[in-house]
Amino acid sequence: MEPRETWVALSALQHLLFCERQAALIHVERLWVEDVNTAQGRLLHERVDLPGHDARPGRRVERAVRLGCQRLRLTGRADLVEYHPDGTSPTGWRPFPVEVKRARRKSEEADRVQLCAQALCLEEMHGVDVPEGALFHGAEHRRQAVRFDARLRTLTEDAVARMHELLARCQVPAVPRAPKCEKCSLESMCLPQVTAGQRRASDHLRRMVEPVEF
Amino acid sequence: MTTALNTLFITLEGARLNKEGERVVVTLHDEKKAEVPLRHLRSVVCLARAWMTPELLESCVEAGIHVSFFGMTGRFLVRVEGLPGGNVLLRRAQFRVADDGARTLEIARAVVVGKLGNARQFLMHARRDAVEERKPVLEEAVRRLSGHLRALERAEDLEQVRGLEGIAARDYFEVFPSLLKGEARRFTFDGRNRRPPRDPLNALLSFGYALLAQECAGALAGVGLDPAVGFLHEDRPGRLSLALDLMEELRAPVVDRLVFSLVNRGQLKPEDFKTEAAGGVLLRDEARKAFLVAYQGAKQVEVQHVFLGQQTSWGLVPHLQALLLARVLRGELDGYPPFAVR
Repeated sequence: MEPRETWVALSALQHLLFCERQAALIHVERLWVEDVNTAQGRLLHERVDLPGHDARPGRRVERAVRLGCQRLRLTGRADLVEYHPDGTSPTGWRPFPVEVKRARRKSEEADRVQLCAQALCLEEMHGVDVPEGALFHGAEHRRQAVRFDARLRTLTEDAVARMHELLARCQVPAVPRAPKCEKCSLESMCLPQVTAGQRRASDHLRRMVEPVEF
Repeated sequence: MTTALNTLFITLEGARLNKEGERVVVTLHDEKKAEVPLRHLRSVVCLARAWMTPELLESCVEAGIHVSFFGMTGRFLVRVEGLPGGNVLLRRAQFRVADDGARTLEIARAVVVGKLGNARQFLMHARRDAVEERKPVLEEAVRRLSGHLRALERAEDLEQVRGLEGIAARDYFEVFPSLLKGEARRFTFDGRNRRPPRDPLNALLSFGYALLAQECAGALAGVGLDPAVGFLHEDRPGRLSLALDLMEELRAPVVDRLVFSLVNRGQLKPEDFKTEAAGGVLLRDEARKAFLVAYQGAKQVEVQHVFLGQQTSWGLVPHLQALLLARVLRGELDGYPPFAVR
């Protein structure tokens, strides 16, 4: 039997936790707006340069690592995976994913979920437990450890399942306008006022043909 | 909100475009002519024969920056695109609607309402600023357009819609000489002509429409629609029919308004054009540059989007309209709402 073909992108989880509509616009409608923020984010990812990290003995650092989890049909790329020597691991080392974020965080939770999803991929690919990783905040140059506990794993698997549902339905859900919309790079393509059914084209057209007065 | 509205126009014959860091660098004979951050760009338009490195092309495609090449007269040659944008299901919906006579009629009607409505607004604005003796001519044209708009509501098939559009276009272009002021009256205009345009005003209109059509095509492709499958304009090989549909409502407020403001302010004069042996009229290089600068400036101007109830810029209007059209085709909107000029 052929494997099922729908795959969830690691990056989609972050979009989903921020806004289901944003996730569907990007991953179902495949819309994307490159603005200052996304360009900066991309630049940061291209030039991941973590201070003092390649230095420790025995520690290997891999960048732009392709990841996948067949069980969850999840795929994507990790900015950076460190491989730490670890005697308790059957392979002798343990993967440690590091996700790089810009300073202005949209959602801490979303970042942790994305990182946890990388861990799930690494566990399946290497056959070892991955209990921990870190978020690296670009502008602050600060690293924050993240433990992949049962709660975070459940949250992550639920998010993957919800994203699969969105992709299967192929529809963009309507959501009400919210304060977070201001931070969204897709705001100009989202047109929430139309989706909310507040505007009718027939009324608009009628006004356009009304007689004018001099 | 995207700020990347800028178009980089290349008018230097033999220019070379390459990528340095996150910037586009334009050189001519090893001399640096311009440098622009990629993230400031929405499109790159080459109006002269130019080179572009594969690295830059790759970055443009990835960042969603449209790259197109035109001949010197504004004749479209090629547009470079990555994977088709949007969703294949949306394109299927577009084809289904295009095959559905009743729905095609409704969209075509809306497109012509947009065109005539905005042409009427353009003449209304011109009338306000016109000297007294010219007002009656413009008022008469406005009244005729109003009549055609009313008739459109009753049009029962596509042929009637297209017929009304044709009559309205004649009535509209007929008053163009009345829009010329002062020194600009040296320009003459005896109706719309093209392929090739045979007077300077027609040359300007053709050039402006060619640029706008490509922007509309890019906007449609960007939301995943097929720019070649139209409603008012029937399919014809080699024609971007949907881009032409989308352009109708924007012709008067974007191109016609720009053309008249340039000639009436004396920024373009009859001497800025040259006539070829067979009668075709071309913009001279300096005039072409002046037009492009003004066109780019016009795209940054803020306007009210009446239907969406938000401020936007002229440059984003084709994209917003393409998004609205996509929603119509998916059945999420009750009809196509053309951009309405206040």
